Amino acid sequence: MNAFNSDLNEPSPVPMEVKPRALNASMEIVLTDPKIIVEHLSISYSDGTESLKDIYLAIPKNAITVLFGPAGGGKSTLLRTINRLNDLADVVKVQGHVWLDGVDILSPEIDVIKLRRKVGIVFARPVVLPLTIRQNLTYGLELAGQKDRTIHADAVERSLKAAAIWDEVKDRLDEPAVSLSGGQQQRICLARSLVLEPEVILLDEPTSGLDPISTGKVEASLQTLKENYTIVLVPHSVQQAARVADYAAFFLGGELIEYTIGKQIFTNPLDSRTEDYVEGRFG
Amino acid sequence: MTAGNNFSTTVESRVLPSFSRRRKWIQRIGFTGLTLATLVTVTPILLIVIHIFSNGLPAISWEFLFEFPRDGMRSGGIFPAIVGTFWLTLGTAAFSVPLGIGAAIYLSEYATENRWTRAIRIAIINLAGIPSIVYGLFGLGLFVIFLRMGTSILAGSLTLAIMTLPVIISTTEEALRAVPNSFRVVSISLGGTRWQTIRRVVLPQALPGILTGVVLGLERAAGETAPILFTVAAFYLARLPSSIFDATMALPYHLFVISTQVPGMPIQIQYGTAVVLLTFVLLMNITATVIRSWARARRQW
Repeated sequence: MNAFNSDLNEPSPVPMEVKPRALNASMEIVLTDPKIIVEHLSISYSDGTESLKDIYLAIPKNAITVLFGPAGGGKSTLLRTINRLNDLADVVKVQGHVWLDGVDILSPEIDVIKLRRKVGIVFARPVVLPLTIRQNLTYGLELAGQKDRTIHADAVERSLKAAAIWDEVKDRLDEPAVSLSGGQQQRICLARSLVLEPEVILLDEPTSGLDPISTGKVEASLQTLKENYTIVLVPHSVQQAARVADYAAFFLGGELIEYTIGKQIFTNPLDSRTEDYVEGRFG
Repeated sequence: MTAGNNFSTTVESRVLPSFSRRRKWIQRIGFTGLTLATLVTVTPILLIVIHIFSNGLPAISWEFLFEFPRDGMRSGGIFPAIVGTFWLTLGTAAFSVPLGIGAAIYLSEYATENRWTRAIRIAIINLAGIPSIVYGLFGLGLFVIFLRMGTSILAGSLTLAIMTLPVIISTTEEALRAVPNSFRVVSISLGGTRWQTIRRVVLPQALPGILTGVVLGLERAAGETAPILFTVAAFYLARLPSSIFDATMALPYHLFVISTQVPGMPIQIQYGTAVVLLTFVLLMNITATVIRSWARARRQW
């Protein structure tokens, strides 16, 4: 299998039929040509806790799919599986498949480096590298061996604009990135993942440490970004989930309880547990 | 007294006992004790340094530093010993720095935590505690005799390097572990390999800590007598070493020799030699301190 070597962008046949549990009763829409299909995914950690139980989920292109639910539900685990960052964690057992454009990214033959360039991630706490703003942005390009300065400059400007922070930092690109405020740093992190021109952006509670204004800026840029990217977001609150979700999946104790279009799950959830959580009866 | 004490006397708590006079005294006695402990530790060191410098500085001259010993080492300079210690320190660094940093990178960044790596760490800690004379005898057995290096700078450097390795490995590993893990995760998530992450993010951030450890390790090597006793040090050599297979004089051993083995030795020369050795080591120490404070000032995490 020539996975992730040359034919990354070629549409390959989805090697499975889309008829899953998660797409039946509680799923009113039929996804044609999903970007990502999570198929019977179970993950357990070395301390014996099972983090995900038989997850089935299809994530559409050019939309914001929100994974929400109380802490410990497995949302972050799922997110970090999509770009194989879980390889760094104490995961002992992974079962099932995650198909990205028809390629099983859990296959050992996958080039994880290429996968991570195609699937960017932004973490809860903004982590800027101890470099200048510009160096933070070009870091991924340097790793990939791209040395062309004009390509660097173009990529920096394009991604900073996409992350809605160009105007704030364009005159201070050579200052240390830590000199920025937390909200600015987080948008730098978003821009940094955009530099590599990924197709999927994963966001793990990206605004949990930010003030409402910065949060608004990040959410607004996501709305623009979804025109070109597949966005998977773990929100830091139900309110944020309701604000940004095109599709929403409710996770509880490692299980996917309900998955449907955002408007429906927050106004008229089918499962009583979803309803209780959305209405704030537990958290 | 401080605002805190005023506060506790003006607002009487119903649940907390008042800050009693007795506890104030206990606190004062505690502070005094700790201050005294510090003074007791620092004073002898200061006295030794002052004593050596005040007695030895008059002996320091151009001739003392750059000429050969004369008259059965009772006059003239200590140039060969200075040169010898310089080459030995350099040789020790050449072997111990790449090996030590490599081993530390492996332990900190690549090795998984298991019985095997725990055993390695315990071995390293134990190596650091082995008396230096044992290293000297080991070097004699392995390098000088078994590997037929003879008493040479090579054998001495290797012996000193083995002694220095535990220090360099453990300080380097500590410096690497101090780099926040989130940097590694970010680098990996941006498509970095493990090695790219180490080279571009982890090592530059850990470098000041690593350099400090290296200098402290080498400083110890420069001042040791026992490991070089059988492996490299010459009692007296009328020429400078011309290759790594030559024996050489060295400052610590020279100091030992002129203090115990040569009758009728002028006391100034002994003190002067001590001043040179001490300066050599102190300079390295100051270098380490400067590196550390410079790095701390520009650290961004």
